[in-house]
Amino acid sequence: VTILLATVNWHTFFFMLFALLACLFALGVLFSNNIVRMAFYLVVSLGALAGLQFLAGAHFVGAMQVMIYVGGTMVLLVFGVMLTAHAAFTEMKTRSGDWLLSIGLGIALLVLLVQTALRVETWQSPQISQEKVSPADAHTTTQIGLGLAGVRADRLDEDDPVRAAGMSGYLLAFELIAIHLLVVLVGAAFMARPRRLPRRDEVPRNEDERHDLTT
Amino acid sequence: LAEYFNANWLPEGWSWAGYLLAALIHCGLLLMVVAVAAMFFIWLERKASGRIQDRLGPTRVGGRFGWLQSLADGIKLLTKEDLVPGKADSLLFRLAPYVAFAASFGAFLALPFSNGWVGAHLNIAVFFILAVLGLEIFGTILAGYASASKWSLYGAMREAAQVVSYEVPLGLCVIVPVMICGSMDLIQIANCQQGLFTNWLIFHDPFTFVVFWVYFACATASVNRAPFDLAEAESELVAGFHTEYSGFRWSIFFMAEYGSMFVVSGLAAILFFGGWNGPIPIASWLGLTYATGEDAWLLGSLLGPTMAGYLGSLLGLLIFLIKSILGVTLMIWARWTLPRLRIDQVITMCWKYCVPIASVAFVGVLFWQVLGIWSPNDLFSPQRPGQVREGWVTDAKEPGTTEDTSTGLRDAPVVAKGGSS
Repeated sequence: VTILLATVNWHTFFFMLFALLACLFALGVLFSNNIVRMAFYLVVSLGALAGLQFLAGAHFVGAMQVMIYVGGTMVLLVFGVMLTAHAAFTEMKTRSGDWLLSIGLGIALLVLLVQTALRVETWQSPQISQEKVSPADAHTTTQIGLGLAGVRADRLDEDDPVRAAGMSGYLLAFELIAIHLLVVLVGAAFMARPRRLPRRDEVPRNEDERHDLTT
Repeated sequence: LAEYFNANWLPEGWSWAGYLLAALIHCGLLLMVVAVAAMFFIWLERKASGRIQDRLGPTRVGGRFGWLQSLADGIKLLTKEDLVPGKADSLLFRLAPYVAFAASFGAFLALPFSNGWVGAHLNIAVFFILAVLGLEIFGTILAGYASASKWSLYGAMREAAQVVSYEVPLGLCVIVPVMICGSMDLIQIANCQQGLFTNWLIFHDPFTFVVFWVYFACATASVNRAPFDLAEAESELVAGFHTEYSGFRWSIFFMAEYGSMFVVSGLAAILFFGGWNGPIPIASWLGLTYATGEDAWLLGSLLGPTMAGYLGSLLGLLIFLIKSILGVTLMIWARWTLPRLRIDQVITMCWKYCVPIASVAFVGVLFWQVLGIWSPNDLFSPQRPGQVREGWVTDAKEPGTTEDTSTGLRDAPVVAKGGSS
């Protein structure tokens, strides 16, 4: 047993653990009907992905994952479910048309991803050469932050105008996502609104009914 | 730690056991901190609330001062019947306390207790702690939803609205020390406040002084403590989100609550009060540092760098714990002297007061930094905090010679060049 344990690559072990967790709970999202359980499974799945990113040493991206995706799912749960569901423990039935559509989309995406993955020539962990890394740049998040704000620090000294075009950084994508989220929020508020407002000819007759409406 | 085990205790090929042992020791120590801190704070809360209400609090268990009261309560809770309501979603109902506790415990992993004494040294520790602490609410919401009880659901909804709102000003407040020290690494933020207490960031300028109080209010709200404890609100909602819980599961919620109180207090101590740096730098005066050779002096040269540094870190740990416990005591004090706010008042306070004040203070500190206005931090500071930036120091270089072998990411000129394009 000790020899067996000594030969285990623990990095691989934890990678497998987190990957398995992510996949299993993603399947849980797919096959569950209860919407709050689905949200919980999604949180665990996304949390396991954050674990993978921490394992890869990408702490900033991992924390981003926790903050934005895991936290965002929580907000989705609260506003999406509790405001729209009108009965306790809402079950969601997926229609067969939706199944077909999503299976088609899923397979298309899978094909794309597998193709991209197989194009990677060498399957080994990235080796950082010590000459290329200066102490100032090791483990900084400044570049990512500047990139999000519109400055690609790694492209600043680029002479080639074609490549220098990338200097605008990720600002456009960032703003697009922000507007997308705004649209989603407006849509959620629209869906959560009261279905029907009382018409004018339906003025409550007595005091009790009026009280019911106002509360 | 793992390398120490591998080098001294374990035979060849057993390095996995060294890493496992080191990880277990780290996690065990942190777990001890959470559990013992919860017991101590519950006792403290009972004594303090008793005194505030002109009572004695627990007096008998354990001889004097009732210091074993929490342990007795723990045993009582373990022997209580474990109930799951018939209509509850039993899976989520059982899981919810662990979700809350895991989030609270996760934050401890990145919280340094002394210079370099931290479970996992992350260079984005502030961000990590905020992100992970935010997940504690998920446990509360799951508990409220899965209990199938109106009281619980109301509590969870209130908590959700409250916490989603208060994360905004909390983030704005935390950005201020990060901006001044130029790092999200908690160890660096605390170390850039070395020296006399004038170097603490709360004394940096009037804006940071305001920011601390806004931070403290928002932190109290985000860990769901009175006067913001609307999710429990025992006078309106029975016990809010944990109405249906009993026994051990119930106590896990409380361990999570007291754990996160400690985390936000410790974060306040590091961000605004110098962390493990005392008001007077006794440790460095006595030479209790890791300095070697010519730099070591007094006790440092007597004991050797390892022992002296260890004692210095131990002193730092003591100072950090005192500061954090003071923060928790402040929360307890607020709980037993202030009435609970209504939900609309809570939201009003967040969006109409905390967010604008934090935003204005953020811009104020920004200008203070950019214009280089004098601050008390300059008084006895060996190095201006703003010059410590992610592991390198600007004043080592001449202002004009910013071209380095690495990518150009140095000073204002580079950023201006990028901005103009």
